[in-house]
Order: sequence, then C-alpha cells, then structure tokens
Amino acid sequence: MLSSLYDLFIGPFAEFDFMRRALVGIIALSVSGAPIGVFLMLRRMSLTGDAMAHAILPGAAIGYLVAGFSLPAMTIGGLAAGFAVALAAGAVARLTVLKEDASLAAFYLISLALGVTIVSLRGSAVDLLHVLFGNVLALDDDVLILLSSVATLSLLTLAALYRPLVMECVDPGFLRSVSRSGGVVHLTFLALVVLNLVAGFHALGTLLAVGLMMLPAAAARFWTADITRLILLATGFGMLSGYGGLVLSYSAGANLPAGPAIILAAGALYLGSLLIGSQGGLARRLLPRPHLQR
Amino acid sequence: MKPLVATKAVSPVSAIRLTDLTLGYDRHPAVHHLSGEIASGSLIAIVGPNGAGKSTLLKGIAGALSPLEGSIAVSKGKRLAYLPQSADLDRSFPIHVYDLVAMGLWNSAGIFGRIGFSARAKVEEAIAAVGLTGFETRPIGTLSGGQMQRALFARLLLQDADVILLDEPFTAIDARTTADLLALVQRWHGESRTVVAVLHDIETVRRAFPQTLLLAREAVAWGETGEVLTAANLLKARRMVEAFDSHAAPCERDAA
Repeated sequence: MLSSLYDLFIGPFAEFDFMRRALVGIIALSVSGAPIGVFLMLRRMSLTGDAMAHAILPGAAIGYLVAGFSLPAMTIGGLAAGFAVALAAGAVARLTVLKEDASLAAFYLISLALGVTIVSLRGSAVDLLHVLFGNVLALDDDVLILLSSVATLSLLTLAALYRPLVMECVDPGFLRSVSRSGGVVHLTFLALVVLNLVAGFHALGTLLAVGLMMLPAAAARFWTADITRLILLATGFGMLSGYGGLVLSYSAGANLPAGPAIILAAGALYLGSLLIGSQGGLARRLLPRPHLQR
Repeated sequence: MKPLVATKAVSPVSAIRLTDLTLGYDRHPAVHHLSGEIASGSLIAIVGPNGAGKSTLLKGIAGALSPLEGSIAVSKGKRLAYLPQSADLDRSFPIHVYDLVAMGLWNSAGIFGRIGFSARAKVEEAIAAVGLTGFETRPIGTLSGGQMQRALFARLLLQDADVILLDEPFTAIDARTTADLLALVQRWHGESRTVVAVLHDIETVRRAFPQTLLLAREAVAWGETGEVLTAANLLKARRMVEAFDSHAAPCERDAA
C-alpha cells in the first residue's frame, strides 16, 4: 500500500530528472504568476491576460522562423510582440472611440492568426503544437534559469509596487490626486504580465500560460476576501495544480500530455472551490446558514 | 460682470486664485470666465443648480481637468485633498476599512515608507474621529453609504491637507452622519485649513458655511453667505443655467 502510494506520488520525481525539472519550473511560474493573476482578476483584467497570452505568439513565431527553437530568439520576439500589443491596445483605447477590451480582442485575434501562419510557414504540425501547448517535460537548464529569474524579478517588482498597485485597483482617482505614479504603476504591471506570459509560454505554450495565472487566482477568491491570503492561496493552488497535473499525466502514461493535465488540475481546483468555497461558493448559496442576531 | 473678491480676508493670503477661468468639455464651457480668490483658511460652499459647473470647478482646482482658458493657481506649498462626488472606488476589492483609511498616509509614507507605531495610532485616531471604531477589519464592500463616507473622511483626516475639496459630501447621507461629518469640517476650519465644498442643501450652507459662491457657470454672487443666498440671487442662478447648445458660436468675450 505504502509503496504504491510512493510509486504514485513521489516515485516519478525521485526517478526522473525531467519530472523534477517540470515541477521546479511550475513552482517558479506559480510563485510569480499567481500573484499577478490575483491582481488581474481584481482589476477585472482576466481576459486581458488571455488576450496578451495570444498576442505574444507572432513574436515568438518570428523568433522561431529566424532561429528555430531558440530560447533567446523566441523570448525576445514574444516580449516585443507582447509589449507592442499592450501599448497599441492602450493607445487605440485612448485615441479612438474603441474601449480597451475591444481593441485588445481585435489585436489578439490578428496576432493569433498571424502567429499560427508564421509557424506553419516553416515548421510542422508538431512544431505548432509545441508552440501552442508548450512542452513542460522538456525544460532544460536555460529555460529553468529564465523561469526562476522572471519569478524573482516579478516578486521584487510586485513588492516594490504593492502599495500603489493596490491603491490603483481600489481607488484610482485617489491615487491620481496624491501621486503621479498611477500610469507608471499600470505600465509596469502590464510589463510583468507580458514577462510572466512569455516565461509561461516556454513551459506551457501560449494557450495554457495564462491558465496557470488565472485559474488559481479565481479559485482562491472562493476561499478568502483578504488580498494577502488571496495571493498566498493562489500561489499554493498554482503549485498544487502543477504537482497534481504532473502526477496525473505520469500515471496516465503517454496518453495525457503534461501541460494540459496541469491546467486541468487547476481547473478541477477551480470547480471544486466554486462548489464548496466558503466565500460565495455554490454550496453556501444553496444551503445558507441562519443569519446572525446582529 | 465684475469679478467679485471672495472674502473680507480672515487672512489676506489667498489659497486659490482663479483668473478668467473657463473649464469645460468638448469646447463647451461648464464654468465660464470665472475670476476670484479663495482666502487661505476660509470655509466656503459652492452652490448652484444642476449643471452649474460646481463639480467641474472642483475638478479643475484639484487638477483633474485642465482649463480651456484662464488659470487656476493654488498657492505654493499647499497640499490639496479632493473627495470627488462619486469616487471611482472599487467596493468589491477585498480590502479592510483600516487599509482604506491608511491610504491617507500616502504623503508621509509614500511607496516604501514604513507605517510605524505612531502612524498606526494616527489611523486608529482618524477612524475613531469619524465614529467607525470597531469597523477596522470590515471589508469595504459591506459598508453602507454613510459608513463609507465616514471612512473616506477618515482618510481625508490623515491626508493632513491645507486645502480640502469636497464634492457633495453629504448627498444621500442621513442627518446624524451629516452632523458628525460637518463637525469634522468645522474642526478643519478651526485648524485654519481651507475647505471648499460643493453642496445642495441651502440650509446646511446657511448654518455652517461663512462664505458662499453661487455658481451658474459664471459667478452669480460670491461673498458672505447671508448676502449671497438671497431669493433674487437664487432665482437668477436658476435662470442662467441652460442646456449645451451644440451650435453655439465661439465665445467672443474679452479675456478681462
């Protein structure tokens, strides 16, 4: 019994280097991605994260076109495309009648089509799948270093920006009245989003990178209404999904690709929280406790 | 119309000087050729019918709207605090009353500054001053309208500003809360801060505000409250506010 539990939950990681690397990569992604996801959610920018994830595709694809599966080329391409779309969408929203969400949607649809086209120009369908869904079981040293550097940088930046960032979310008018930092804070935050999506892209691909950011954050919201706990819980949920997804994918053999398994695990956490979460979960709604005296 | 000077000078220094100020949206003036001074330490109400440009004027003074013409000068070194009519505050954000109030410490704490023991005491004090003791750990989403306004006043207290701008601070708020918050306004006046408040309730203005600006895009009257709020002036103000005319010609009045 014990040995079978060991085989299921610990064995794969003890035995295989690629499993350990995958776990480390996902933990690094969760540490920085989850807090960013929490802020995206609280600022009602969940879909912005999704759009940005797609927007980095053509940049990464051009990097791929130029240099094949080269980490620096695809990273630089992805960052450039992500920043360009973020700034362009912001500019369109400010200068024309279109709202930011509509302009983001327009840009990311174009980006996605462009990216798929560019990858297909040179690579095979397998390459395309790799770009879209990543390959979390093939993280080499360079990718791990990139992921952990991004995590470190993001955490330090978030710590530095924490106060104005929270104020910008709660009461942007007030922040504007006491400080000019609002714009800088917003742009820096967007830069962090792009940076983490590009990092996530190497492990999970463009389509799933945003999943590890948003799903843990959304799940955590069903358990607490305190921002500090929200961030801690989301990070924990992210790591847990990474671990659960890897175990799931390993025990299912080659049939279940690891990247989607991780997102499915995060999705299961989300659905579970949605059902039984103590803060506005469905069960609480269906079985209300008696109200208090005062 | 001849520009009116705001006050018979409690202190001769002006906190805010408006010079031929025109503020508006899409070239349509909401405040039109307004000139005058608000003396340092004065407690002044801005009243007028809907659409008279009261909120616009406050926005302009707060620096949230740049003038179409003319200028607004806030005297050097004066710190402004501005409470807008409907703060674009996200009430669903998971944050406690304490933290919301503590935002008022921004000027002393900034991005990194530590909020230490004495600052914490100040926050507690401000929360107590608005009668919200016991609400510190309540999420802001659970506050009633009046309680929220109390919390925002506590934040204003902490801002420790020299000039305080309030846009309809007592709208949709019960009599007791209004009385409590008015007492804070009086306290600020006693500390010789400059308070400018947009108000609707003429009775409150008569009772609590020594100075009044009656605005209807232009100043109808500006000075001692008793002399400003006459029936004739109020009627005049009501007549002067009309809808935007989308075919209006450019204003040809001289800048003087």
